Amino acid sequence: MAEHLLEVSNLKKYFPTKDGILYAVDDVSFAVDKGETLGLVGESGCGKSTTGRAILRLHEPTAGTVLFKGDDIVRYSKKQLKEIRKDMQIVFQDPYSSLNPRMDVRHLIEVSLEINGVHDANERLERVKEVMDVVGLEQRLLNSYPHELDGGRRQRVGIARALILNPSFIVMDEPVSALDVCIQAQILNLLMKLQEKRGYAYLFISHNLSVVKHISDRIAVMYLGKIVEMSTYDELFRNPLHPYTKALLASIPIPKLNRKRDKLILSGDVPSPINPPPGCRFRGRCPYAKQICGEAEPVLRKVGDTQVACHLYD
Amino acid sequence: MENSTILEIKDLSVSYTSSNKEIKAVRGLDLAIRQGETLGLVGETGAGKTTTALSVLRILPEVSSSIKSGEIMFEGRDILTLSRKEMREIRGRDIAMIFQDPMTSLDPVMTVGRQIEEMISLHTDCDKKELRSRAEAMLEVVGIRKDRFDDYPHQFSGGMKQRVGIAIALSCNPKLLIADEPTTALDVTIQAQVLNLMNQLKEKYRTAMILITHDLGVVAEICSSVAIMYAGQIVEYGSIEQIYGNHMHPYTEGLFDSIPDIEEEKSELKVIDGLPPDPSALPAGCSFSPRCPYATDRCGESCPDDVQVEPGHIVKCILAGKK
Repeated sequence: MAEHLLEVSNLKKYFPTKDGILYAVDDVSFAVDKGETLGLVGESGCGKSTTGRAILRLHEPTAGTVLFKGDDIVRYSKKQLKEIRKDMQIVFQDPYSSLNPRMDVRHLIEVSLEINGVHDANERLERVKEVMDVVGLEQRLLNSYPHELDGGRRQRVGIARALILNPSFIVMDEPVSALDVCIQAQILNLLMKLQEKRGYAYLFISHNLSVVKHISDRIAVMYLGKIVEMSTYDELFRNPLHPYTKALLASIPIPKLNRKRDKLILSGDVPSPINPPPGCRFRGRCPYAKQICGEAEPVLRKVGDTQVACHLYD
Repeated sequence: MENSTILEIKDLSVSYTSSNKEIKAVRGLDLAIRQGETLGLVGETGAGKTTTALSVLRILPEVSSSIKSGEIMFEGRDILTLSRKEMREIRGRDIAMIFQDPMTSLDPVMTVGRQIEEMISLHTDCDKKELRSRAEAMLEVVGIRKDRFDDYPHQFSGGMKQRVGIAIALSCNPKLLIADEPTTALDVTIQAQVLNLMNQLKEKYRTAMILITHDLGVVAEICSSVAIMYAGQIVEYGSIEQIYGNHMHPYTEGLFDSIPDIEEEKSELKVIDGLPPDPSALPAGCSFSPRCPYATDRCGESCPDDVQVEPGHIVKCILAGKK
């Protein structure tokens, strides 16, 4: 079997709280190949951001392995980790709070070069200018501060910071969610062009299914810390299997009139990830729940080309 | 009196002042809404959608903003000429508002039931018992069990809090409801629940509604007419069929093209280059012309007039109907 660029196996991240253990990410496995985008979708609190961060060890995983280029980085020392992070980067959701307001654009972008031993200021400046070109930031903005930039340009700075070390894998944590649709479209086009040119692999985290479908090759759907379905982008939309995926797809407001759609509107809210219900975690909101759903936890299994965790497909 | 006009805004202009610069947030806006109609007010951040809504309720920040011109006719009276006392009577009773963020628009130290009662008690003289029963009934209307009357907002999820917001807004059976991005802070499955609820209530009470949103998908689910705003002006206005089936303004076209289509194969998104203009330094002529792919020299000279291309379909563009 060919080696994947990133292979996550049985990843768990639990947080202790005063009310009990919060199972943010609970036994999640997937792989991402070079030049590929895996979309990770789900609602607030389903564990998608925590997954992204645990992979980079911004949160220490509770259990599981993260093989990056064949090596388990969960066991890396701090020094090894610093080295490997040049190759694994992250773009954060909110370009308003993820940039230091007291650094100008040049400093924001070059700081990671500095940390990683590029001591020649001229070389750094050249590389900053180069990456600004790549992400479509005008050179005149070199000495601007974040508050002088609009949201789209700020997010371009965030992307430039991630690209400057030329990584092979980037976690995109809701990179367009804080942007207006027109700016969002500009950034999506940029990310796709960059991937085509440079072969980056993305883990693209978002709650917006239209955006995820647009950018992803494969999509994983998360619910309460678990992946409930994983498939190629077209198969997932054409033939969703898990009832939760079906409901998610049916909930997307589509800017067209007179469409005939099955309206599957879920009742209730997502339960708390602290002490989740036994059996299937979606059971309480699932219109097809059977007795077995309360007894045994469904595991991901292959149905056609899709992987799904649901007792309907036993 | 079926389908009579409830609200008519004529030539409204609102400006803010910031470091001695005049920021023109709304510029010469005309709008009318009839009973039972749901108007979607669509645009990007800074287009002037919320400023328009705050003007109707007269809750603009008094120090930094001023209404430069215009009339807001509500039931034959110009809202802008009313006294504070008269305005207080209208707010909540005749015109109510649902705010974007249910996490911050509810009072955290008051039970949700009491917050609904407060609205009712301001506008009626119910006794205590009747107040409670009316507030409980409102909770049930929005799908919350009445035994949660004495719970506080932090005990509710985001979707439930927004339901409380809707219950408060509808508690006095207003004639006009202004909903400012009511589902933007919610997850999609919860958004679908809330939109569904709003659709049911709209039919039941025949309340006229202005829905402010940036999401053309939400508009398609719930609105009967649409106004597209750009840089403080309405650039296109029409029925939902006219806007979704036959939009004519280049900005409207750009907005639709920017949204990834989940029903079609992917391709590169068509984007509008550049950014909306700085509202304190607007370009001459048509404010969209610097970004418009069809712009001609004439576009930079004077602000285009409204062109009626069909009954009820208005486009602010010199190319309207000529392309």
